[in-house]
Amino acid sequence: MKFSDIKKSAEDEWHALQQGNVPLIVIGAATCGRSAGALGVKKTFEEEFQNRGIQAEIVEVGCLGPCYAEPLVNIIKPGGPNILYKNVTGKIAVELVENYIVNDNPLPEYALGTLGDSKVDGIPVLMETPFFKSQARELFRNSGFIDPTNINHYIANGGYSGLAKALEMEPAKVVEEIKASGLRGRGGGGFPTGMKWEFCFNAPGDEKYVICNADEGDPGAFMDRSLLESDPHALIEGMTIAGYTIGAGKGYIYCRAEYPLAVKRLRNAIAQSKEKGFLGENILGGKFNFDLEVFLGAGAFVCGEETALIASIEGGRGMPRHRPPFPAQSGLRGKPTLLNNVKTYSYVPKIINRGADWFAGIGTEKSKGTAVFALTGKVTNCGLIEVPMGISLREIIYDIGGGVSDGGEFKAVQTGGPSGGCLPASHLDTPIDYDSLRAAGSIMGSGGMVVMDQGTCMVDVARYFLDFTQKETCGECVPCRLGTKQMLNILEEITEGKGKPEDVDQLVEMGEAIKKASLCGLGQTAPNPVLTTIRYFREEYDAHIQNRSCPALLCKELISFRIIPEKCTGCMICARACPTDAITGEKKQVHVIDQSKCIRCGVCLEKCPKNFLAVECIAGQLSEGEQ
Amino acid sequence: MKEKINLTINGRSVTAEKGMNVLEASLRNNIYIPHLCFHAELQPAGACRLCMVELDGQRTTIACKTPVEEGMVVRTESPEISETRKVALELLVADHDTDCLNCVQNTKCALQRVADHVGMNLKRLQRLKFREEKLPVDDSNPFFTFNPNRCVLCGICVRTCSEVQGAEAIDFTNRGSEAIVAGFGAKPRIESNCESCGECVVRCPVGALTEKDYERPTHQVRTVCSFCGCGCGLFLGVRDNRIVSAKGDINSRASQGRLCVKGRFGFRFVNHPERLTSPLIKKDGEFVEASWDEALDLIVEKFSRFKGDQFAAISSAKCTNEDNYLTQKFTRAVMGTNNIDHCARL
Ligand SMILES: Cc1cc2nc3c(=O)[nH]c(=O)nc-3n(C[C@H](O)[C@H](O)[C@H](O)COP(=O)(O)O)c2cc1C
Ligand code: SF4
Ligand code: SF4
Ligand code: SF4
Ligand code: FES
Repeated sequence: MKFSDIKKSAEDEWHALQQGNVPLIVIGAATCGRSAGALGVKKTFEEEFQNRGIQAEIVEVGCLGPCYAEPLVNIIKPGGPNILYKNVTGKIAVELVENYIVNDNPLPEYALGTLGDSKVDGIPVLMETPFFKSQARELFRNSGFIDPTNINHYIANGGYSGLAKALEMEPAKVVEEIKASGLRGRGGGGFPTGMKWEFCFNAPGDEKYVICNADEGDPGAFMDRSLLESDPHALIEGMTIAGYTIGAGKGYIYCRAEYPLAVKRLRNAIAQSKEKGFLGENILGGKFNFDLEVFLGAGAFVCGEETALIASIEGGRGMPRHRPPFPAQSGLRGKPTLLNNVKTYSYVPKIINRGADWFAGIGTEKSKGTAVFALTGKVTNCGLIEVPMGISLREIIYDIGGGVSDGGEFKAVQTGGPSGGCLPASHLDTPIDYDSLRAAGSIMGSGGMVVMDQGTCMVDVARYFLDFTQKETCGECVPCRLGTKQMLNILEEITEGKGKPEDVDQLVEMGEAIKKASLCGLGQTAPNPVLTTIRYFREEYDAHIQNRSCPALLCKELISFRIIPEKCTGCMICARACPTDAITGEKKQVHVIDQSKCIRCGVCLEKCPKNFLAVECIAGQLSEGEQ
Repeated sequence: MKEKINLTINGRSVTAEKGMNVLEASLRNNIYIPHLCFHAELQPAGACRLCMVELDGQRTTIACKTPVEEGMVVRTESPEISETRKVALELLVADHDTDCLNCVQNTKCALQRVADHVGMNLKRLQRLKFREEKLPVDDSNPFFTFNPNRCVLCGICVRTCSEVQGAEAIDFTNRGSEAIVAGFGAKPRIESNCESCGECVVRCPVGALTEKDYERPTHQVRTVCSFCGCGCGLFLGVRDNRIVSAKGDINSRASQGRLCVKGRFGFRFVNHPERLTSPLIKKDGEFVEASWDEALDLIVEKFSRFKGDQFAAISSAKCTNEDNYLTQKFTRAVMGTNNIDHCARL
């Protein structure tokens, strides 16, 4: 079949669904939606329709991004508006069927917004709501709208047109186009993608490989998973174009085994793509052959590092090796190998389709296109967002994220996961691009963004990330294997009140050496959370070490509980609750906490009746007898 | 002759051969660069990171992974490099069982050599947490011991086993600071497909892999292994008129320094109390010690009765070539038969 015919019939199917004559229920059922209960909601809809004898179409789609509003359900009545409902439960589902499907009340209180051109009284237009307004959803354009298990939905929305177009182009021309777009790797490093493709294109040899890095091991990052679950064909199309361009016949998608739904959707998509002739032999009737295989990673963070990933596919232990040679020269089985991230490949069909200029028109001079972040932590609207490069941290946190949650005060934002750094409020106007973030001491990374409020202890944050890298180093090279462990030990001692005056200097010295000497990116970046917190929150380290005090009231050994004599009524509630009998005092007499017995569990603070509030938690250690 | 490459190391013009890396070139020219994981007979791993050098006045990289290039300018020391090395060394020392006087590698250890060259910041070292609990020693192999508390994870043994011996019996196991070298599934070496060749033991740069019951010889004798017909070159170490060690002879064309389990560890039979050192003659159903003259007379008498094809001789691979030649000469010329064979396998 010609591509134009395939596209025509896919479009017919898509339009028939959108403009059907029965209600269409679209449920966000990526892993995030599922864990919020999407499948239960789906079942409720099915039962309701069956019990009431209503004909309706129910479709599962991927993720739209606003995690705080999951499960999300779209309802389109024939000829009616397209309304997106938030936090849908079984009970709300029943109400929606009763009030909206059967009768005509759209229940605006449950709606998040309307989609497309629809306007409904009392419901905002979704794309004009703060969470979506500053976003630029290009990569995630299909996510949450199309059924990821149905290739026709992808084709109808422009899918595989990029491949069809690329196959008409000279491979060198494709390389030119990617170079001209200014696309940089989305796996963290930001290496210019076009240059990497050119190296592979020019590398001699007729056996070459294309690999996609879908290992996504950063704690708190889920952008790649979301994209794979919501729009798997974009990756397949991008990799096929890559294969055609560099002259590879085989590709691997290295996906972590902890992503079962993504793996299932990928495998299903690969099968569908083969069936339609977009993969396999004689793609789209031409001479190009390309096959794809999903390879499951066993969940080691370091296997996201490209050379470790390659070792893992080769059947070895996932340990990085020294570069050069780079994979583009000598990669999988010693052959030239193109290795890119899920998002990087997924941009490719769009760039080919809409042209390098379109892509280069978004973003800043050196960082083009959009950036995807998993916005989490102490922020009102958490979720997956896609923004144009160059937008400021402030816009992301305050406009899209709705500011610090629970009225808290902003303290820091961490980007780049365990390899990144923490930036203070003075850096809120830093534009999001590879170079500005690096200059500030952090990195773009793969896209984790954690907002922290005044209740976050920065020493503890550094400890947390180092604990992660320390557990995940492969153990091959000396600085990373032993250095992260030693730095962690010092940080632990600081949070336990055993810090020594020289500790900060020693942490900086060791951190700098580990960065310089480590073999791979894991060790080269592992000290970043420590170094940036020292750079921007030095006073917090000093408070821990010199004053034995944790200003964020988090490190147990460095805080104290105290009863305010003026407020205590001697009700004895706290004394009875204290697990170590540290509180003494007669009935109706002021109570006192014996600091030597207190284990700082905080039960007294919790138990002291709201009308007294006589217990307070303060930074620092109170000496015995001190009140 | 390999192509010559001219480069400058620490301001000195030196030559190297094409294909060498900067570390080899430097060592060849008697310029020491600290290193632990490099071994001249193995592929460089780039794991210890001690061999860092500055190239052309700008980028810092590791010498063992950088091929020499014409005109290259290398600097092996700078304040930045030495500070970084110091930190790495301090980390290694804090993780190491430094009971050096009780280690057979004492004075020969690569870590001591590195420490001697690099030096440490004692104040910083003392702030580090030293390994408190000792890891269990793997002494499952009858010939050698692996003490993980002395291992620097240079991976030389792992590469030796795979590149030299082809056995692939051992590899890194566990992650991060828990990583150790062990057999598949973190099993002891005796349960792996280790062939006990000891190639890893001779290459271990520190005292982690050591021969059991090792005694340092007072002198060495160059010889050929008597176990089989391969004829591997050997240095037998002698102390107090006993053979106490065996070492492969790197200049032997037959073996190029390598040995198998028998050649390397099988010398103790020589001093074994049960070894026969004089002939025994069976008298009245019992073996009785005899003199060589008595024994040879008995052989002459008995052999004389079985000349021709009634006779057959089997010679041993443990004999030297000369002995074997004489045996066949005797069989054919004296005994008058071609019935001669040889157990060329052991
Ligand atoms: C410890 C470590 C973990 C990494 N994890 C990932 C990952 O999960 N996904 C990813 O795409 N890149 C990861 N990378 C970066 C890859 O090594 C590589 O640079 C990237 O996949 C290249 O693709 P790109 O050019 O499209 O960014 C990691 C790097 C390091 C050092
Ligand atoms: S830096 Fe860490 S993870 Fe990377 S090779 Fe070294 S030990 Fe392994
Ligand atoms: S003794 Fe030989 S076979 Fe055994 S681990 Fe060492 S190198 Fe491998
Ligand atoms: S046992 Fe010896 S050779 Fe093997 S990794 Fe440890 S130090 Fe290196
Ligand atoms: S000798 Fe070069 S890294 Fe170890």
